[in-house]
Amino acid sequence: MSMGMPTVVPQQRFERETYLNKAYGVWSWLLTTDHKRIALLYLVSITFFFFIGGFFALLIRLELLTPAGDLVQADTYNKLFTQHGMVMIFFFLIPSIPATLGNFLVPMMVGAKDLAFPRINLLSWYLYIIGGALMLHCMLTGGVDTGWTFYVPFSSNFTNTKFVEAGIAIFIAGFSSILTGLNFVVTIHRMRAPGMTWSRLPLFIWAHYATSIIQLLGTPVVAITIVLVAAERALHLGIFDPRLGGDPLLFQHLFWFYSHPAVYIMILPSMGVVTEIIACFARKRIFGYQFVAFSSIAIAVFGFLVWAHHMFVAGISVYSALVFSFLSYAVALPSAIKVFNWTATLYKGSIHYDAPMLYAFGFLGLFTIGGLTGLFLAALGINVHVTDTYFVVAHFHYIMVGGALMGYLGGMHFWWPKISGKLYPEGWARLAALIVFIGFNLTFFPQFVLGYLGMPRRYYDYSHMPEFQVLNVLSTAGSTVLGVGYLLPMVYFLWSMRYGKPASDNPWNAAGLEWRTASPPPTLNFDVEPVVTWEAYNYEELDAPPQTQEVTVG
Amino acid sequence: MLNDFPLWPQQASTLAHRVDALYIFLLIVTGMMALLVCTLVIVFAARFRNRPGVRAEQIEGSNALEITWSVIPFFVFMVIFAWGAVVYFSQRTPPADATEVYVVAKQWMWKVEHAEGQREINELHVPVGRDVKLIMTSQDVIHSFYIPAFRVKQDVLPGRYTVEWFRATKPGTYHLFCAEYCGTQHSGMVGDIVVLEPAQYEAWINGGSNGPLSATGEKIFAELGCSTCHRTDMQGRGPNLQGVYGKPVELADGRTVTADENYLRECILDPGAKRVKGFQPIMPTFQGLVSEEQVNALVAYIKSISETKPAGGMKTANAGAANQPQSNGSQVQ
Amino acid sequence: MAEAETVMGLHQEELQHPELLHHFADAEQQRNSASLGMWVFLGTEIMFFGGMFCAYLIYRHWYFGDFGAASKSIDATLGATNTAVLICSSLTVVLAVWAAQTARKTLLVTMLTITMLLGLVFLGIKAKEYSDKFEEHHVPGASFSFNNAPLPHHPGQYANPRHAQIFFSLYFMMTGIHALHMIVGLGIFSWLLCMSWKGRFTPTYYTPVEVGGLYWHFVDIVWIYLFPLLYLIDRRR
Repeated sequence: MSMGMPTVVPQQRFERETYLNKAYGVWSWLLTTDHKRIALLYLVSITFFFFIGGFFALLIRLELLTPAGDLVQADTYNKLFTQHGMVMIFFFLIPSIPATLGNFLVPMMVGAKDLAFPRINLLSWYLYIIGGALMLHCMLTGGVDTGWTFYVPFSSNFTNTKFVEAGIAIFIAGFSSILTGLNFVVTIHRMRAPGMTWSRLPLFIWAHYATSIIQLLGTPVVAITIVLVAAERALHLGIFDPRLGGDPLLFQHLFWFYSHPAVYIMILPSMGVVTEIIACFARKRIFGYQFVAFSSIAIAVFGFLVWAHHMFVAGISVYSALVFSFLSYAVALPSAIKVFNWTATLYKGSIHYDAPMLYAFGFLGLFTIGGLTGLFLAALGINVHVTDTYFVVAHFHYIMVGGALMGYLGGMHFWWPKISGKLYPEGWARLAALIVFIGFNLTFFPQFVLGYLGMPRRYYDYSHMPEFQVLNVLSTAGSTVLGVGYLLPMVYFLWSMRYGKPASDNPWNAAGLEWRTASPPPTLNFDVEPVVTWEAYNYEELDAPPQTQEVTVG
Repeated sequence: MLNDFPLWPQQASTLAHRVDALYIFLLIVTGMMALLVCTLVIVFAARFRNRPGVRAEQIEGSNALEITWSVIPFFVFMVIFAWGAVVYFSQRTPPADATEVYVVAKQWMWKVEHAEGQREINELHVPVGRDVKLIMTSQDVIHSFYIPAFRVKQDVLPGRYTVEWFRATKPGTYHLFCAEYCGTQHSGMVGDIVVLEPAQYEAWINGGSNGPLSATGEKIFAELGCSTCHRTDMQGRGPNLQGVYGKPVELADGRTVTADENYLRECILDPGAKRVKGFQPIMPTFQGLVSEEQVNALVAYIKSISETKPAGGMKTANAGAANQPQSNGSQVQ
Repeated sequence: MAEAETVMGLHQEELQHPELLHHFADAEQQRNSASLGMWVFLGTEIMFFGGMFCAYLIYRHWYFGDFGAASKSIDATLGATNTAVLICSSLTVVLAVWAAQTARKTLLVTMLTITMLLGLVFLGIKAKEYSDKFEEHHVPGASFSFNNAPLPHHPGQYANPRHAQIFFSLYFMMTGIHALHMIVGLGIFSWLLCMSWKGRFTPTYYTPVEVGGLYWHFVDIVWIYLFPLLYLIDRRR
């Protein structure tokens, strides 16, 4: 991999040209327009931010080990949870699957040579990096303590931390997300290979299509909201300031109009990944393909209509609360449909227990718990009691860490042979999946109980209610286990890049165009332009006895 | 029975039992759903594990199944939705004759003022078995008044009143939390709700030195010169405020609004916005001239001269929540 | 060295087929992609402005009369002139696209130039409006003053300055962000002008002109909504 000097070229004369060895050197990466290389740039950068956010999380958990505030100052704690949220949401979860696996796989899965706008794709990474650098600068020079939700008038008039800088960082990163979504929508519409009809698309693509719609229509709203808050802070416009006749609730409406659908930006791609994994390791076509595909779109659409369920105690009218509660149940249905279809896909399958499948099982369990606790939160009467408590914290971590991150890790394992051309160590990977699952539940399940007991979130010091300590200790203990579980994959992925066994083109014998090219793929993805003549998830043909098996692409 | 279970919050209000009943129902329903999914996944995963020579059986899907597992959850969801909405409506609709307490939140404390004039900080004394309505506002950022043992929570906003109510059922001391992140000492913005037996409460409430809140308001009303225009005969340059509270008011621009707390408050701070029909826009704004506490006192005074309800009314707390005529406290604007 | 050669190689490839990028199957796919991309982008732009329109609608409903009074203080003649200027510029954009389609290079260059000039006129008039507002102390902030502005249709009543300030906040945010889009548009059109001067556009390849034109039309349309909402809401005598 690192033998880049022209003098050693003769030694590699039998090596096939891939996107990895086509060119070496820093500039061949920093100026690349190859979606696969950009995916790797994203992979490195989001991993960096993931570990920063994870470090903050560990400090938060350590602080909460004892009721008194004894590890850090109150202000520091507030900055820790704010930046944990901002980094994890805007710089890890939102770009996680779309910008890495999506970037790598969307063109390959539809049979294209690249995304529709490769230079815009690179621009999106640079925007992400500029936003990330600003965020880092902000954190290193004082940080911000508004909570990731930066509610006015606290963020606009009261905090004396660097909200504007953090806001600009999120604004810029938001445009990176918009550009990724734009590229996906155009690519999926216009760049499909001959024969790749909509009904033959992998469900991963459907999920990314739905995600892109949300990125495109939601992100601009939070962008303008940030602009308005920053302007409010700098110029005292009065739009959100009750002392000047403005309405702080308008901010919350605008904020959640993006930030609720943003949850689906995080979870939908993960659902797409899990769908691919389950089909492959059950050796089956996905049960109810159409229902799974359209449920993604339904989630994207309904996701835009439920934002005010974050505001049931914020002072909105009881009647609008009624409507939003109802719609929240409407958006729960498509998720339930997906879970049932995944389960049904297992029926009469031929199930393999490789690491990606273990992650998918983990996803199923954790996402189900996360989704079902969403039913509690959508129930108005219970919401009043548990909103803004650890119940909410546990719920969204089950969705966004249990769900989205499990899917992300599962996907990384599933496609790692394709991305790197190397096999990861299977035993370690299964162990990591187990550790993550146990650590996750140990960390976050106690928080449901804490929440119903009434422990509010974002509390630095709970010496007023020491009875909450036992559950907090459990949670902190779990978080260290979880930390180990997340470090392991990074270690063995890096290890496998050098020492892993070379992967074949299709180590899982999986369906999907990306498996019908070399591992790692050539720069233009396919040596011969693919022509699709088969349905998605044609595992029946793939597992058929050799004489009838389709050997090559087009 | 749940009160002694350490993983269950104390139940100390009439609402607590209702919220818990729904919660237990949901625990059972979602527990069954989770169990169903998990059992199926585990059974399928074990039963259909990869065996040499056995190939997966391809199944395209089944519309009948899809409809079944869409429609059944939908009806279950609707039951939860309706039940949740009913509980919410009673959480949100204070009984008309509730004892009123004014709460002013600021970074980082709760200031409480009883109608009888007692003031407290980070503490709230309430009697057992009587409906208490909190009329809350904030001096700075958004806070949230949360009493887990009562299962009530309401954000407290600057620039307007929001309302929360409960009826304590058990004497004791309970946690009061600020549940909306409000800055450095957010976690220090905690206090105690002290629920007293009626007799103890009477002793406590009469132990203070201040006069009733409405009397304070009356004094401020006179000091600010309000009474020169708002006279009780029909000669005043401002509307007669006697009996105005809770009644519909016709505005100069043709609209009709109900004179609730938020309206009275707005009229003091922004008199031009909703001027009463037939009066000139001559009242100056008192924005910045009166503190939140003084506004509360003025509102309490204006309400006191509109008093129609029997004093110390003890009504059943959860009498038909939805058809209470009371204007809704959590309404925007 | 090696990577420099590769980069050079790519450039030579591109020079041989300047318009067709390597990852597209044919020119039609490329054009369709570019145009869909711009439409999708304009969708996001609608949402971007949408947040402000939403805020406008709410406050207009709450502070109905104050908004009317504040709106009246803006010079509608300047606004109307600007509307006319932008409509004319949309026409010249359409002509520019037509010129590119039909290989009329001189016309293309002329039309692009006129469009940009009209854009500059728009910004100039906007600057005049802003400076008027600045002199009248109608810019939100410490020195804001909006006293004794009569409420429309309510003789003897005056607008609440705090509510009028919200109108002006929205006015400056909405027109300011719109003006920012105009400036970006001028940047795009400078590049188009440069390219068409070099003769890079042909009847088979004029996608940038078409896509840039779409953007310009969008910015115009936003103005068509801003103008009545900000200038004309209470002009009845």
